[in-house]
Amino acid sequence: MRVVKGMGFSRTVFFLTMGFLFLPLVVLIVYSFNSAKSMSWGGFSLVWYERLFLKERNVWNAFENSLIIAVSSAAVATCLGTLGAIGVNWYKFRFKKYVQAVAFLPLIMPEIIIGVSLLIFFAGIQMKLGLLTIFIAHTSFNLPFVFLMVLARLDEFDYSIIEASRDLGATERQTLLKVILPVSVPGIVSGFLTAVTLSLEDFVITFFVSGPGSTTLPLYVYSMIRFGVSPVINSLSVVLIAGTVLITILARNFLKYIAQK
Amino acid sequence: MHFSPPFAIIPLSSTTTVTIGGKRNELKGSDVSIEGVSKSFGTFTALRDVSMVIRKGEFFSLLGPSGCGKTTLLRIIAGFDDPDGGEVSLDGASVLSLPPNERHVNTVFQNYALFPHLTVFENVAFPLRLRKTPNATVRARVGDYLELVQLSAHADKMPAQLSGGQKQRVAVARALINEPSVLLLDEPLSALDAKLRQHMLIELDSIHDKIGITFIYVTHDQQEALSVSDRIAVMNAGQVLQIGTPHEIYESPATGFVAAFIGETNMFEGTVASVEGTMVAVDVSGLGRILVTEDEPPAAGSKASVVVRPEKIRIDTERPAPAKRTDINFLEGSVDEPIYSGSSTKYYVRHQSGIMLKVIKQHANWSDEGPEIEWKDKVYLSWSADDAYLLGAS
Repeated sequence: MRVVKGMGFSRTVFFLTMGFLFLPLVVLIVYSFNSAKSMSWGGFSLVWYERLFLKERNVWNAFENSLIIAVSSAAVATCLGTLGAIGVNWYKFRFKKYVQAVAFLPLIMPEIIIGVSLLIFFAGIQMKLGLLTIFIAHTSFNLPFVFLMVLARLDEFDYSIIEASRDLGATERQTLLKVILPVSVPGIVSGFLTAVTLSLEDFVITFFVSGPGSTTLPLYVYSMIRFGVSPVINSLSVVLIAGTVLITILARNFLKYIAQK
Repeated sequence: MHFSPPFAIIPLSSTTTVTIGGKRNELKGSDVSIEGVSKSFGTFTALRDVSMVIRKGEFFSLLGPSGCGKTTLLRIIAGFDDPDGGEVSLDGASVLSLPPNERHVNTVFQNYALFPHLTVFENVAFPLRLRKTPNATVRARVGDYLELVQLSAHADKMPAQLSGGQKQRVAVARALINEPSVLLLDEPLSALDAKLRQHMLIELDSIHDKIGITFIYVTHDQQEALSVSDRIAVMNAGQVLQIGTPHEIYESPATGFVAAFIGETNMFEGTVASVEGTMVAVDVSGLGRILVTEDEPPAAGSKASVVVRPEKIRIDTERPAPAKRTDINFLEGSVDEPIYSGSSTKYYVRHQSGIMLKVIKQHANWSDEGPEIEWKDKVYLSWSADDAYLLGAS
């Protein structure tokens, strides 16, 4: 290893940044093993994990809601976004530029505006707020992410592979199934995972469009905090962090595997 | 084939045993007929009223500068673009209503267009897999074609692991495995370096000899077109200027553009002074009277351009002995710029009048004696009236 001298400043900034980013997580993880309920250290204990897994039924109900919505909205958004990206990449049609521009809008629009507008919309068509409305909302804000990720992947490849496929005798359907979809797999997978993540963590939009009995995990955690920070939240957070890290590593390895293939 | 390679030929046919195709001269493939095809993109006219007939088994080149419409014509034949008007037919049957996948035509793309997610083997097998061909047949056929393009050793590689030349070969094998009646090649060598380009050109030519189907080859490189084509269509600005064998195109170009585009040329505008039989005397301002033979001489007094190729002009430091010939043109000048390029040297010679002439001198062998011609040397240029030709005023 090369030892670089005179790097004191960069090094300091680096460690400060890393500390700023990760110290809160470390504190949270440490306190999840604290036996005392207050912020003072009362000794190592798994009592809050026990509470979380055995007693806090509401947490798991909320988590179940979150998971159902995340997976279903991500799946639907992935299907629609992938088809949209393929369509925009493949066909020439009027208003193509506008479709692409409009696809960016939800990314830059403040969430609160999306939330309010969806609420007004659902009220307008007299739709009962609940899991279905959350699912619709999440699908709609997930869609542009999948669309852009798949489109970016498709843009890496020359349009001529589509022409080559047609030239070699493939119908449009065969071209879609045997060339375009296999080539877009990395984009589709990252789009889906991003959608799941965004949906799992969304608070603002969900807050507007949820109704009784449709509490998601972020909403439930927020409501718990309003009555004082329960150490159960610490243990729940650690479980979530562990889950996220695990999924990220799996996804990374999968994409690496695809890229090498 | 007008083909004399200035480099070693890799004996492709002797090192490989290929079970594809038959004897040469057994013409296969299709006649391609193009009648009055036009195509515009917005305000840009890519093709205007293009007609040509490409014969069965021919190695036919579409040659022209970029933007001349040659690629558009190829894409229309392949079915990727529809013409605004006109007719394209294979063996007399119109193909315009057919989508690309139903035309018996395959394309080798400029940037190869290999499927990035499939191995070399599966890329070549792609057309067979579409038709659910039994595995054993696929293996045998793909094996044959990979052998044809000398890629058997790389069957399991991904396209990203191949060099440019190898990718090109995969593209050729993939386009041929359907046994199309016409193979379209869209500037297939433009992404390769010069040496590899020469090599691949010979391979393409030898593949054409083996397979015997119609090849339509799009290129902007006149050297490529001249060396492998049976016939060439020279195009510019969406129009066909001339169709002919390489020899015809080079030796008797139909227009000034063709003369200037194919190889290098000297062109002088003048007025026809007198005509005696096939011998035409043209007055060129600055150069004086120039003699040209022409089978169908123009009338005296008409405007005409004298065209003479640089390699037809002899360059000497001493005035060549005036032989008993009366058909030799003599000019004097000084060397402005000698450009040495190994086997030959190109001289830019300035005539007293200021007119610049290009002369190419081939470096021959021991019999080619005499002092070397250098910068600023006073030189004598001479050429026969037979070696020049006349182009009508355009």
